[in-house]
Amino acid sequence: MNEPLLQVKNLSTSFKVDSGEVRAVNGISFNLDKGRVLGIVGESGSGKSVTAYSIMRILVEPGRITGGQILFNGEDIVQYSKKQMREFRGKRVSIIFQDPMTSLNPVYTIGNQLREAIMLHTDRNRAQADERALEMLKLVGVNSPEQRLKQYPFELSGGMRQRIMIAMALCCEPDILIADEPTTALDVTIQAQILELMQELQKKLGMAIIMITHDLGVIADMCDEIIVMYAGRICERGTADEIFYNPRHEYTKGLLRSIPRLDTNHARLIPISGSPVDLTNMPKGCAFASRCDNCMKICLNELPEELDINDCHKASCWMNVKQVYEEAKGGIA
Amino acid sequence: MGEKYLLEVKNLKQYFPVRTGWFGTKPLKAVDDMSFAIKPGETLGLVGESGCGKTTVGRTILHLYRPTAGEIIYDGNRITPQNVHQFRQKMQIVFQDPYSSLNPRMTVSDIVGEPLDIHQLYQSKAERTERITELLNLVGLNSDHARRYAHEFSGGQRQRIGIARALAVNPRFIVCDEPVSALDVSIQAQVINTFEDLQKKLGIAYLFIAHDLLVVQHISQRIAVMYLGRIVETGEADEIISHPAHPYTQSLISAIPIPDPNTARARKRIPLEGDVPSPLNTPSGCAFRTRCRYATERCAQERPPLAEIAPDHSIACWNPHD
Repeated sequence: MNEPLLQVKNLSTSFKVDSGEVRAVNGISFNLDKGRVLGIVGESGSGKSVTAYSIMRILVEPGRITGGQILFNGEDIVQYSKKQMREFRGKRVSIIFQDPMTSLNPVYTIGNQLREAIMLHTDRNRAQADERALEMLKLVGVNSPEQRLKQYPFELSGGMRQRIMIAMALCCEPDILIADEPTTALDVTIQAQILELMQELQKKLGMAIIMITHDLGVIADMCDEIIVMYAGRICERGTADEIFYNPRHEYTKGLLRSIPRLDTNHARLIPISGSPVDLTNMPKGCAFASRCDNCMKICLNELPEELDINDCHKASCWMNVKQVYEEAKGGIA
Repeated sequence: MGEKYLLEVKNLKQYFPVRTGWFGTKPLKAVDDMSFAIKPGETLGLVGESGCGKTTVGRTILHLYRPTAGEIIYDGNRITPQNVHQFRQKMQIVFQDPYSSLNPRMTVSDIVGEPLDIHQLYQSKAERTERITELLNLVGLNSDHARRYAHEFSGGQRQRIGIARALAVNPRFIVCDEPVSALDVSIQAQVINTFEDLQKKLGIAYLFIAHDLLVVQHISQRIAVMYLGRIVETGEADEIISHPAHPYTQSLISAIPIPDPNTARARKRIPLEGDVPSPLNTPSGCAFRTRCRYATERCAQERPPLAEIAPDHSIACWNPHD
């Protein structure tokens, strides 16, 4: 069997602040195969972005990877030196951020910024790099690309800037593209354009994508596999169909119930009660227990193990253990 | 006159002067000739992309901006800059960002109590405290919260404080300007339910401004779709979502990300080319024609009026397609 392209093993990332240690990511493991689209969903503070930043090793102080491995083609990049990381970033794995305005440099032209990335990672000369930049802008569907190369980020619209970001991320043909809320700052019609572009490029170039978002609609549209995160842990994972049609974690179920749909005829929404947990003061048991309607005694005291629901679906919820137990008991009786 | 409207907006225009070069200024037409009406206890959803002028409409209704032209009529009385103060007791607003719309140096009781002070709505201090507690309970907070500061609350709770402040003067109409956009999915539903409960209990009418069509469709009885300062389609909410008639609405609805893999795979998007034109330079005739698949000669010359195509369903388009 082929080795997965990226293996994250027991990754933990913490931020040490005055009030204690914020465990943003708490021992998560997942694999990403070549050419697959993996979605990570969760609300703010669930650790989805920190996971991405850990893979790129671009955590801001005081954030640190406190444990675990990130294996890319079998090599642990947590052990990489700064120099190795510089070569790795952009060439092997690229990232696009939520806000394309703040992630482009306002004082350099688009052409300049694209050329920099290309010349850093390939042995193209200046003229060849410019050619490649032009080619990339055409690929991401920017109109009048020659002119755009000479423009500054502020002269472009949000959707156009995000296309430039995608062009920049893909100009060295990375194996993995991490998209951290790539369309959250954009309007729906522009969002649709960008998502379509990403799907098209993914098919054409065959890279793997890690799609990080809080929008279940975007996930449903784009992803083969989905990871649901809550309070720094993975609570459920599986194929898109399994997660949407057969959710087996109380948090996922709550999330799916709480979003308005087109076909519900204004039926009352069922919100998840309470507010997210304090990451400096994590409960002993399941982090979702305090907001869960079906919370049991064991949920407060012990962390649920990840249980296989079927071949392509795992969930960490005591309700599943209870169900298995009851089925077994029913079988005996 | 047929039905009685609580709020009528007639031919509203809001232009902002923008400097162009050393001398001249040019009007930025944020809202350009808009008319709509809201019945008591009804929710009108106002949708559109960023920069289409939806927030400006909300603010102009409350005279937070002075309208360039047009009339705003509340319960039969025309609102003018001179008499707007008395109408602020009847119309309120909830803002998008619960972090910047609450004064960080005021306690919750002062924030919620300020409208009571301004409009002198109490006789004694005890009555003021009582009213504040009542308001906090109404939005799902309790009296313990009154002594705290805004930074001690989560986003959803802050938005509730903003709602309590708006409710303080017993308004019959509230402009909700993207009130749930800044909140997490699991918290959004809590706040949406609060809005619905309050409407049922107090009979308040909302102008619900949002870019999230799923949320707007859920909460509204009627929807108006805006594009570059104008209404392009308006009608009953379910009708607009299921049978959009304007090409822009059709694209907009086909672009909503649907949280259901099978539906998402099955449906066809109607992609829109390009970006929204600058509101400083709106295209002649129909503002949407530069991105429209059906645009003809006529669209460039004449501006399509908002015309009824079915009972309570109007669009502004020369060549409607199904």
